Amino acid sequence: MIDYLIRRLVGTIPVLLAVSLFVFLFVHLLPGDPARLVAGPDATPQDIAAVRADMGLDRPLVVQYLRYLGQTVQFQLGRSIKTHQTVAELIGERFMPTLLLTVFAMVWSVIGGVAVGVLSGVKRGRWQDQLAMVLAISGISFPGFWLGLLLIDLFSVRLGWLPTGGYESWQSFVLPAFTLGTGVAAVMARFTRSAFVEITAEDYVRTARAKGVPERLVVWKHTLRNALIPVITLTGLQFGFLLGGAIVVETVFAWPGLGRLLVDSVSYRDYPVIQAEILLFSFEFVLINLIVDLLYAVVNPEIRLR
Amino acid sequence: MPQDKSVVSPAQREAGHDGTGEIGFTSETMVQTEKLLDVTGLSVAFATDRGAATVVRELDLHVAEGETLAIVGESGSGKSVTALSVTRLIDHTGGHISGGRILFTDRSGRQRDLVAESQEAMRQLRGPEMAMVFQEPMSSLNPVLRVGDQIAEAIMLHQGLGQAAALAEAQRLLEHVRIPEARQQLQRYPFQLSGGMRQRVMIAMALSCRPRLLIADEPTTALDVTVQAQVLRLLRSLQREYGMGLIFITHDMGVVAEMADRVLVMRDGVKVEEGDAVRVFDAPQHPYTRTLLNAVPVLGSLGDATLPLPFPEAGRAAEPQATVRTDIPPVLEVAKLTTRFEVRRRFRAAHRIHAVEQVSLRVRHGETLALVGESGCGKSTTGRSIIRLERPEAGEIRLNAVDVTRLDREREEQLRRRVQYVFQDPLASLDPRLTIGFSIAEPIRTHRLLRGEAVERRVHELLRLVGLLPEHARRYPHELSGGQRQRCCIARALASEPSLIIADEAVAALDVSIRAQVVNLLMALQARLGVAYLFISHDMAVVERVSHRVAVMYLGQIVEIGPRQAVFRDPQHPYTRRLLAAVPIPDPRRRDHSIELDDSEVPSPLRRLDDPPIVAPLVQVGEDHFVARHRVGGLY
Repeated sequence: MIDYLIRRLVGTIPVLLAVSLFVFLFVHLLPGDPARLVAGPDATPQDIAAVRADMGLDRPLVVQYLRYLGQTVQFQLGRSIKTHQTVAELIGERFMPTLLLTVFAMVWSVIGGVAVGVLSGVKRGRWQDQLAMVLAISGISFPGFWLGLLLIDLFSVRLGWLPTGGYESWQSFVLPAFTLGTGVAAVMARFTRSAFVEITAEDYVRTARAKGVPERLVVWKHTLRNALIPVITLTGLQFGFLLGGAIVVETVFAWPGLGRLLVDSVSYRDYPVIQAEILLFSFEFVLINLIVDLLYAVVNPEIRLR
Repeated sequence: MPQDKSVVSPAQREAGHDGTGEIGFTSETMVQTEKLLDVTGLSVAFATDRGAATVVRELDLHVAEGETLAIVGESGSGKSVTALSVTRLIDHTGGHISGGRILFTDRSGRQRDLVAESQEAMRQLRGPEMAMVFQEPMSSLNPVLRVGDQIAEAIMLHQGLGQAAALAEAQRLLEHVRIPEARQQLQRYPFQLSGGMRQRVMIAMALSCRPRLLIADEPTTALDVTVQAQVLRLLRSLQREYGMGLIFITHDMGVVAEMADRVLVMRDGVKVEEGDAVRVFDAPQHPYTRTLLNAVPVLGSLGDATLPLPFPEAGRAAEPQATVRTDIPPVLEVAKLTTRFEVRRRFRAAHRIHAVEQVSLRVRHGETLALVGESGCGKSTTGRSIIRLERPEAGEIRLNAVDVTRLDREREEQLRRRVQYVFQDPLASLDPRLTIGFSIAEPIRTHRLLRGEAVERRVHELLRLVGLLPEHARRYPHELSGGQRQRCCIARALASEPSLIIADEAVAALDVSIRAQVVNLLMALQARLGVAYLFISHDMAVVERVSHRVAVMYLGQIVEIGPRQAVFRDPQHPYTRRLLAAVPIPDPRRRDHSIELDDSEVPSPLRRLDDPPIVAPLVQVGEDHFVARHRVGGLY
């Protein structure tokens, strides 16, 4: 188990390095001179040269990268071109709302998706299964922004039950978290169903029935735990989808999170912020998948004990 | 079916046959008037796209307490479906009982028709009244639950014990099925146990509630032959102890002869013959039973003949296989071949698996050398190392007198052309999305042997050579039967005109009658093309038929090698003797239960880095017959 943990932790290092390299090169690969951008539209060539020297842009690329890496590790992420706040500060403000939003979305979509998937698997071929799978297909195909707008129209505008947007009380979480999680829940439901149906055909499920285990335990103890093994892997991958979805949903619900910050930064070409956000998203994704791998070992003794 | 057997009442049985108080287990054909299970007119159907397909038709069978009924048949005969129907597990597999009655006398003496029982009533019967043991002990145990919990589960459900008491009972059961260190084993997961241990766990689980009927569906098919012998003996003694009725489903006539009081032969869902075991083996009534029995390789049937002999076929006398060319150098010479795998822990090599340890052998043109041994002995790794699918650590491999261990890429490709492989599972080794013709043509194209239309002509020729038709070239693997698929794999192996074919358990997955045909095909091809075989197998009876010489492997080393007749008639190494003694003999009158088999397991070839195995040259004991006299490991 400790071997496994160390192996996984060590395995994340090259991934993070590759991401940081990509993010670093991102600015250099794009057309346009970052120094000119920082110096502003009215800068003279001397100003630009001064900024370039100040930013270290005249040094070799390798040196620049190492310096960037060093600063990043110390959370010195530069200043926003637009607001002149430090990027660390800016992201710090926006971090919690997005974290909470994605966590709520994740929790409901995993629980809901797995539950619907199991129901479908148990009742396969019957109307419950067909209904659930129609819902799941709709959930996958519905664009998030449109679902968000529909929900706002129904629950906020017509019924007046929930706020249209913002980040205040628990009510303001309901619609964004629901919208964000829908796609993931739908994928989870379909995937859980197929994993469940596959496990149902396994010999050990037959063994369980052969020793007279009640159907309820056959489902929850013998089938589901094994079906969860592939589902857990999927959960980690779906988290990336949530991060991407957050950008859309935060815009629709005027949510003061990282997603909207990213959208704003892109339209202002606020490179330091964009760089930091991409790095952060990648880091979160790697971290979540690390947690998923550990969960995997908890469910699957073969990983844990080998 | 009339049966002239002495009728014994339960009271007499208690006291023994002759009433002297000595339990009369000497008679294996003990039968009672009272039937524990009485199935009449059973029909089972599965729903398919084209309507219901009946897979078992109008089947009658019965089992008494303490009696063993063997149901025999090849794949698709409906024997497993019959077993699942009796326990009504069939309801969960998409099948349904479309007719007949399954009368079962439960513990309270009440006769119940299981066809009419509710699922809940059936659930309560499964475990305490009837239990099952399945073929694949690995896949039949839940991989994420501890062994102890899996056994305890049934005990808690049916006997109402608490967890601690149930686990204590589970431990007692594990000791009863002779699992060493039972207490520690309770905490382990199935993947941590060997195949034989897992099957013992399955048996312990099935017996946990002392069922009155045990249905064992191919319980030893996936096991090695020495382990099979252990498990069969265990089942027999437990059956006596518990007085259970036993339905034993198998395709292996040797196992039937070992176990059965009565035999029921099934084919295509219909009973073709039923009767007392000795009678069925001595005087089979139905032609199918005769075919089945003829196809069974009987160990020792070649006697003192020195050459291999094909299975007898209708209308053709079998010619001895005089194909070995001693006038030219051998096709393959292997010297001190060593392949090891490192097992890493905490990022450094902690152990080594000594899969192949200084193996030396040679195969002449037109010769079949059998490489025998049990799972994990290194026989497959030896084959894979020769064709360089594994990188050997040391040793020499000479193919047609060329050392192939130090070849460049191009020469290696030529080696691949000269040595071909046939694997155990033909379905898995043919690409499901390519036609048979394409698969067979692939080596011809890869090695640029022919081009254009000549390729197609060659494919057709190869198909005819292996007993198929040119039309088969357009089919896909799933459209063929298991035997036909293996013929395709053989045709593909022949496509590059090899001088040596490594057949790794090539007939192990086939039904007996098909197996005999494919063995005969391999031998006919040898006679015609002069091809040599390295025949890797665990099946001693088949090996006796096909091989000129035999090498026995144990823990990565060859412990005995020599002419087949010498090794089989006069085995010199204790492990060879143990292997041969464990082979079930398809003759119920030759069953001998007095032989004590040891319950030991074959040790693991995994060793610490600083603990290399002892390897010493083999000692000559006869003409071309060598044996290991050093301590190899484990018991030997």
